[in-house]
Amino acid sequence: MKPENNEEVLLQGLARNDKKAVETIYRENYNMIQVLVINNNGSADDAKDIFQEAMIVLYEKVRSGTFELNCQIKTYVYSVSRRLWLKRLQQLNRYSPSIENLDGFVPVEEEIEEHEKRDAEFEMMDKAIGSLGEPCKSLLEAYYLQKRKMQEIAANFGYTNADNAKNQKYKCLMRLKKIFFTHYKNWNGNG
Amino acid sequence: MDDIMILDSVERYIRGEMSLDERLYFENLRKTNPEVDQMVVEHTLFLQQMNRFGEWKKFKGTLHDVHTDLAEQGKISSAKLKGKAKVVYLWKRYKRVAAIAAVIAGITTLRITMLVNSFTPQAKDPKVQELVHKVNVLQQNQKVLDQKINIVDRNSKNQKPIIPTPVRFNGTGFLIDPKGLMITNAHVVKNSRNIFVQNNKGEQFKAFVVRLDIPRDVAIIKIDDDQFKSFTSLPYGIRKTGSDIAESIFTLGFPRDEIVYGEGYLSAETGFKGDTLSCQITIPANPGNSGGPVFNYNGEVIGILSAKETETEGAVFAVQSKYIYQVIDELKKNPQYKNVKLTAKTGVNGLDQKQLVKKIKDYVFIVKGD
Repeated sequence: MKPENNEEVLLQGLARNDKKAVETIYRENYNMIQVLVINNNGSADDAKDIFQEAMIVLYEKVRSGTFELNCQIKTYVYSVSRRLWLKRLQQLNRYSPSIENLDGFVPVEEEIEEHEKRDAEFEMMDKAIGSLGEPCKSLLEAYYLQKRKMQEIAANFGYTNADNAKNQKYKCLMRLKKIFFTHYKNWNGNG
Repeated sequence: MDDIMILDSVERYIRGEMSLDERLYFENLRKTNPEVDQMVVEHTLFLQQMNRFGEWKKFKGTLHDVHTDLAEQGKISSAKLKGKAKVVYLWKRYKRVAAIAAVIAGITTLRITMLVNSFTPQAKDPKVQELVHKVNVLQQNQKVLDQKINIVDRNSKNQKPIIPTPVRFNGTGFLIDPKGLMITNAHVVKNSRNIFVQNNKGEQFKAFVVRLDIPRDVAIIKIDDDQFKSFTSLPYGIRKTGSDIAESIFTLGFPRDEIVYGEGYLSAETGFKGDTLSCQITIPANPGNSGGPVFNYNGEVIGILSAKETETEGAVFAVQSKYIYQVIDELKKNPQYKNVKLTAKTGVNGLDQKQLVKKIKDYVFIVKGD
């Protein structure tokens, strides 16, 4: 198999959240990023954060369907990580003299901006669901994220029938939607 | 119950779970009922976001699992750095900080050396140096010159000349009653004709000596100025009994124009050469600290900082606070002051250091004399 085809297969796997594909990309690229971050004023934990964020950017890019691989995965991950780390350094007011001078990367500004917006939205959703408390959190996660059937959920959560569970789920959902749409409007209002 | 059913229908509609008839009926409802339509639009958006959120969460989970797996198998370098790599990493991370620290250490050393040098030649014959701040002669001359110009100026305008008095030295003092009675060292004010006190905000008030007790080195002065507003009460008390060795203490004083905090401990129950009037403390003190209060961390005044031994580094003496009571008792014989009452109760017990100092510092003044 040619390397390009191989990479295409990997990306398709990535889009499906296929663990094998994720593992391969991870294994082939992680050490490179760890070296980058550690040599530029960061720790191994920082490296993990940055690399995983870069992986999410790649994942979102592949899933958006508009992604054309016109460079190697390695180059792309490196470029994104480098940019992310540079931003993080600026936020922390730390300083690294050498990182600006590295070459061989592709422009990724737009992707990162988009990613940051989406990431903030998801973080907000995560917080909103967390703030609902139990049983709402587990109930909604079971129905909307794990997509389990109402009957099954009713049995698991100890409701006497699916209608009771549905009733409870409805109350929880209304609370979540209220939080969600308040923030959503703020987000879009702020651009 | 109705709402729940509608929501249920909306969800089934969005997911395409409806039968054809049901679907047609629902679409018709959507057209005629804008509320239902609005709900469909809104819920579609919400479900999309939920789905994407779910996938994002799942992917994050995968990443986490993969990282743990690979680290366990040793296929990526694990988070722990060993040996030289750690040293290199730490060096890279902290070399700037280390450089700055080195520079600061260098400057501090230089400063301390300068300070020590500036103290040593000034030491007078007696081994105890009174910590009164003599204002620089040159600065004085400059001021006198300025005043002369001022007088000439005023004369030319046929105004009565005002001759401001040059400040000769200053020390520190603190209030012992809310109405403006203050205590300082006798040696700060004994040769002064005019006395001014100045608070931390820079406001200056006229004051006069009420009682001078040279053997005890205690002076009581009273603020006599319309501008001065009495306090309602004092935040600190004055200790009646002696204090124990090793008690932690701090002082506030004016070695410069700004209030300066210093901390230390009580090192001996007696003062210079066994002087039972005073006690020995270890605290940074400079000219200008004379007359300043020595507090413990309960907010009690335990002494009045008075002098410093020039031969031993760090030995400072303070008049014990119980003598303040004696001086006040003598003062009460004067009918004008028979109502003065000292309090041993402190109102700031239990505050942390910063709060404590914040509460107290308004009651400590610069004492200027000429």
